[in-house]
Amino acid sequence: MLSILKSRCFRQGFRTGKFPDAPPNLPERFQGRPVIAAGKCTGNCTICRDTCPADAIIQEEKGIMLDLGKCLFCGKCAESCPEKAIEFTNEYRIGSFKREGLYCRPGDTYVPEVQTDEKFKRFCGDSLKIRQVSAGGCAACELDFNVLHTLAWDMGRFGIKAVASPRHADCLLITGPITENMLLALKKTYAAVPRPSWVIACGTCAVSGGIYAGNPEVHNGLEEILKVDLYVPGCPPHPAVLLEALLRLMGKK
Amino acid sequence: MNNKFLILANSSSAAFASVPLLSIGEFRTNLIQAVQEKHCRVSSFFAMPEKNDFRLIAVLADDAAAKIYITSAMTTERYPSLTVDVPAFHWFEREIHEQYGILPEGHPWLKPIRFQKKEDGSGDKVQIGVTDYFQVKGSTVHEVAVGPVHAGVIEPGHFRFQCLGEEVMHLEIELGYQHRGVEKMLLNAPDKKTIHIMETVSGDSSIAHATAYAQLIESLDPSLVPSENARKLRAAAAELERIANHTGDLGALAGDVAFLPTASYCGRIRGDYLNTTAILCGNRFGRNFIVPGGIRQTITPENTAEILKRLDTFQVELNDALHLMFDAPSVLDRFENTGKVPYETSVQIGMVGAAARASGDAQDIRKTHPYGAYKTINTEPVVAGNGDVLSRAEIRYKEIETSHQLLRNLLAEIKETVEAVPMREPVLQSNSIAVSLTEGWRGEVCHVAITGPDGKFCRYKITDPSFHNWFGLALALRGEAVSDFPICNKSFNLSYCGHDL
Repeated sequence: MLSILKSRCFRQGFRTGKFPDAPPNLPERFQGRPVIAAGKCTGNCTICRDTCPADAIIQEEKGIMLDLGKCLFCGKCAESCPEKAIEFTNEYRIGSFKREGLYCRPGDTYVPEVQTDEKFKRFCGDSLKIRQVSAGGCAACELDFNVLHTLAWDMGRFGIKAVASPRHADCLLITGPITENMLLALKKTYAAVPRPSWVIACGTCAVSGGIYAGNPEVHNGLEEILKVDLYVPGCPPHPAVLLEALLRLMGKK
Repeated sequence: MNNKFLILANSSSAAFASVPLLSIGEFRTNLIQAVQEKHCRVSSFFAMPEKNDFRLIAVLADDAAAKIYITSAMTTERYPSLTVDVPAFHWFEREIHEQYGILPEGHPWLKPIRFQKKEDGSGDKVQIGVTDYFQVKGSTVHEVAVGPVHAGVIEPGHFRFQCLGEEVMHLEIELGYQHRGVEKMLLNAPDKKTIHIMETVSGDSSIAHATAYAQLIESLDPSLVPSENARKLRAAAAELERIANHTGDLGALAGDVAFLPTASYCGRIRGDYLNTTAILCGNRFGRNFIVPGGIRQTITPENTAEILKRLDTFQVELNDALHLMFDAPSVLDRFENTGKVPYETSVQIGMVGAAARASGDAQDIRKTHPYGAYKTINTEPVVAGNGDVLSRAEIRYKEIETSHQLLRNLLAEIKETVEAVPMREPVLQSNSIAVSLTEGWRGEVCHVAITGPDGKFCRYKITDPSFHNWFGLALALRGEAVSDFPICNKSFNLSYCGHDL
């Protein structure tokens, strides 16, 4: 017992991060929300589109559009662009309440959305109970959601908790491209959540199918399965990205 | 052996025509002999459509000779099962049956492992989980069914326990819920998606799988040669992956026996190691770091110095956290003699990696089939003998120690900036076969590629260590209490998606 106390007081100490009062500690090479410089992209080549492993870049009339809902944040488009028009910034506020909020276009000025749904704030503003369902996730999204439980992030401070039973949950947090083999279990779990209930798509796979989109064994993320209230793209989303999005969903920021 | 097997070293290739094509009878005899007499391990066994039939291809690892043996035979619909003589084939034969409808006659428990359609898309879809289960009958016997959606934040799988009171007589594990069709996606690859698929085969083993893939490509495209320093950085990333996962699992084991100090500290310290991996590539799971031909990020001496500096702090804190747990009688009482897999069983069913070493089997690909930087840097497998939860925990504890040592040696030797290699699509030798083994933190990762006349994959077989070890977990539960399932499970911590592919 004495050694446990000594360890707690003198060696391990208090280690919960300062986020959200201070910006999170992100790795120097962190790839956050990209910006596409207006005017730099000539629109005359297809290099970024050809390079993108996830087909996340679409040619539109007014230039390219990078869909973060498909993006793996691998940075290959930025690397390959001869005009250096794409740059991945360290903007970690990536989560969006709407699918369109994940579209990046040249010259966009990005302002993260604010929760305006009073009903959601009334039900979940101070307490958000989450039932996580993995439906083909590679375990990275699951692990980095789990990390929010650890004392480094301690999401319990904000009233966020993962619960075992869907009966106790306000929302589902779903990872993976939604395998055909998990579809029924996912639907049953969703049906077991008391209404009103909400859905979070965590990770690029859950948003759009990601790298697995188009495979007959998977559905392309939640797009045609459940209405999603929060999209958090990433492969996997950094814990700071996910926690920031959850807090914004709750109207805490 | 020469006319019976094609003999390869780890991460090398040969013309596909040099793989012996034997009659089924010879094929079986040779495989059984190699396993029973030469103590080879079954690294992979799979089928490939060829003309109107199927070719069965077996890949054995001879740990004593540091060689890989490959042989093959043609079959149409059925052949006498190998499982009867070599139990390590049992899961592979179930897989082949499910993927291609080839019947291994006499297989003792032939049922789906993933509930997928056949690989060519034909046949009916089987409703997942709906199958015969092993059942024990009796007035006081009861069955506990768990999953696919478990209580925690974890991947899905279905578990059936046959219990007499608290005691588990038998556990049957049904997987397949995570099946994404990985191997099918790799037909006609490599393409721009391939490396990203490798990194997500099993998300906590991105480095192990990406390295196996990169080595395989390098053996098929001799123009791709990673520098010595790039090899060292790959190994360093693999050791960081090992430490992070072992730390997380030891913390989770502590949590499962309600020893909260170690559970809390390890949860945080695991993150510290993931963040150290992110120094290399910005991603906590080591994604976007490894590519065929080298590494995708430029690593400066400042980067390696920063990693070395962090290790000094983290290792002290981690040792402190782990020491608390391994010093607590209440923890040891729960771990000791729980979930035993004896050495003989482990070898028979073909267990790999840390779990096999915990049962006394001194296999470690880094030592027995050295690859990359492990060719020049020596590491001895860490072995324990009891095969119980405590042994599996101790193995992790000791491997954390040796991985730190390896990391320091690897990084200290890198004096200059290691440049990223430019992106380029590999051009593979046509009509070839290549095998690549790496030691992931769970154990042996085996990738086998066969290229067609166009230099594209006409079969790509991935065997994650979990594929070998899930049955080990089932056996570990025999005679244990249901309430000991969490610690048995965590002591293995197997991958669902790595198995389901």
